[in-house]
Amino acid sequence: MKFKKNIATSDTGFVFNPGSGDSFSSNQIGTDIIACFKEDKSRQEIIELISDKYDVERNQLEKDLEDFLTQLREHNLLEE
Amino acid sequence: MEKLRYERPIIKKLNTGFVNKFGTQTKNEVVSHLEGASVKELIHQYGSPLFVISEKQIRRNFQHASRVFKTRYPKVQFAWSYKTNYLNAVCRVFHQEGSWAEVVSGFEYEKALGNGVPGNKIIFNGPDKTEEQLILAAQNNSLIHIDHFDELYMLIKVSEEFSLKPRVAIRVNMDTGIYPKWDRFGFNYENGQAWSAVTKIIHSGLLSLVGLHCHIGTFMLETAAYGIAATKLSELAHKIKANFGLAVQYLDLGGGFPSTNTLKGSYLPGTDTVPTIDQFADTISEAILGAGFDQEELPLLILETGRALVDDAGFLLGTVLANKRLSDGRSSTILDIGVNSLFTAFWYDHKVTPAQEGGQYTEETVLYGPLCMNIDIIRENISLPLLKRGDHVVVHKVGAYNMTQWMQFITLRPNILLLDQNSHPHVIRQAETLNYLQSGELVPEHLAKSSLS
Ligand SMILES: Cc1ncc(COP(=O)(O)O)c(C=O)c1O
Repeated sequence: MKFKKNIATSDTGFVFNPGSGDSFSSNQIGTDIIACFKEDKSRQEIIELISDKYDVERNQLEKDLEDFLTQLREHNLLEE
Repeated sequence: MEKLRYERPIIKKLNTGFVNKFGTQTKNEVVSHLEGASVKELIHQYGSPLFVISEKQIRRNFQHASRVFKTRYPKVQFAWSYKTNYLNAVCRVFHQEGSWAEVVSGFEYEKALGNGVPGNKIIFNGPDKTEEQLILAAQNNSLIHIDHFDELYMLIKVSEEFSLKPRVAIRVNMDTGIYPKWDRFGFNYENGQAWSAVTKIIHSGLLSLVGLHCHIGTFMLETAAYGIAATKLSELAHKIKANFGLAVQYLDLGGGFPSTNTLKGSYLPGTDTVPTIDQFADTISEAILGAGFDQEELPLLILETGRALVDDAGFLLGTVLANKRLSDGRSSTILDIGVNSLFTAFWYDHKVTPAQEGGQYTEETVLYGPLCMNIDIIRENISLPLLKRGDHVVVHKVGAYNMTQWMQFITLRPNILLLDQNSHPHVIRQAETLNYLQSGELVPEHLAKSSLS
């Protein structure tokens, strides 16, 4: 699981893939997670960081993180 | 440090050309209260799912429709279409407002009597009336609307046998320019069937022909069709007067006005496309007033309006069970509301709103019910904020046909609550229990002993 290197992101949630020309919008928590990916944080670290910042149970977050990865994969934003 | 409010992470593709920093932002309507009552509280107290009916809205609808017609035509009578919603509490609100009852089966007929409707204010429609029911209706001086020749002959026979003189009308079907034609009910106008039924009734000397009835369709979007129907019934009335010297007392134009729901597959929401009740009233009253009746013989106009009077008074509250990503990447949400209770999900794209504040982000999602079957879909595609397990939703405009056509399948039917005019809640139908469900079941003796241990 690795975010594609060439993808541009802004801290307002705007994501641009110069390879395909597609642009995306993510909510705040999605933006935070993407920022973690770009810093090569592990899944475990991401869960720690996010659950420190947001009011969420770990189980819920783990499940939703899995779903977010599916979305990123759907949008071709992850390295295979 | 206080933690931030959580919502699921999502990322959505933006349409090129329309990129801006608010690309996915839409204004989300949240309905957290119904007439001051908190959705969360109601569910906490009465369970989920939960039907809620607003008495205030029913009365508002009725009084509006009544005013609209009565300011255009001097003699108007509404008859509540029982099949649309025959919960006794609901029927009684309509009767308090002055509605007669329109029924299409023996048990509906008995319900109307039980709700205190005098026999002579019950209209008995439908193709399935037994001999006993016809006798009872005739003895009660009800208005019997004859659907077919077999029924007509049966009624003549029992009237003779029991020395009754029932008050009758015939149901007429006709070409009103609407396709498909509803020609399976009643006697056809154009091919002369209706006329021969009239002739038969009058020549029998045993039945008293007091009215003419039609119900040309449901969720009708063409006001003109009602103009045609009213004109044809008026012509038939004139012909009866000319041939037999008999003035029919009423024309019953049936039901069929649409509610403001959005029909499946329509591009625009119902609120933008559906004609108003005023437009139907204009067309109908112009047609009858222009038909040349003598002032003293102007027929009473009866309306059997169903869904237009009750749909938007009903709400279905429910709860999110789970979120799931489908194999094609689409998001889906599973609710505890299935098509077994929300039958009209087959016809309408119901408006569904969250009952709690969510983030500004929305997601296109499929709304599924909890049943183990593929057809259990509440909305095929709807844009909603990111719901999570335990969140509540409100389905709007569910007052018509759900609480009568619902199915007892897999889950038990929920409580139905009436919010009275002061918004006080009253349970008007209790949630079903296993005992209730099995109360009619019998186990033969040879199966009584359990064989597995
Ligand atoms: C004879 C008759 N009258 C009235 C109605 C009520 O129709 P609606 O709910 O379309 O107004 C119906 C519904 O099918 C009907 O069959």
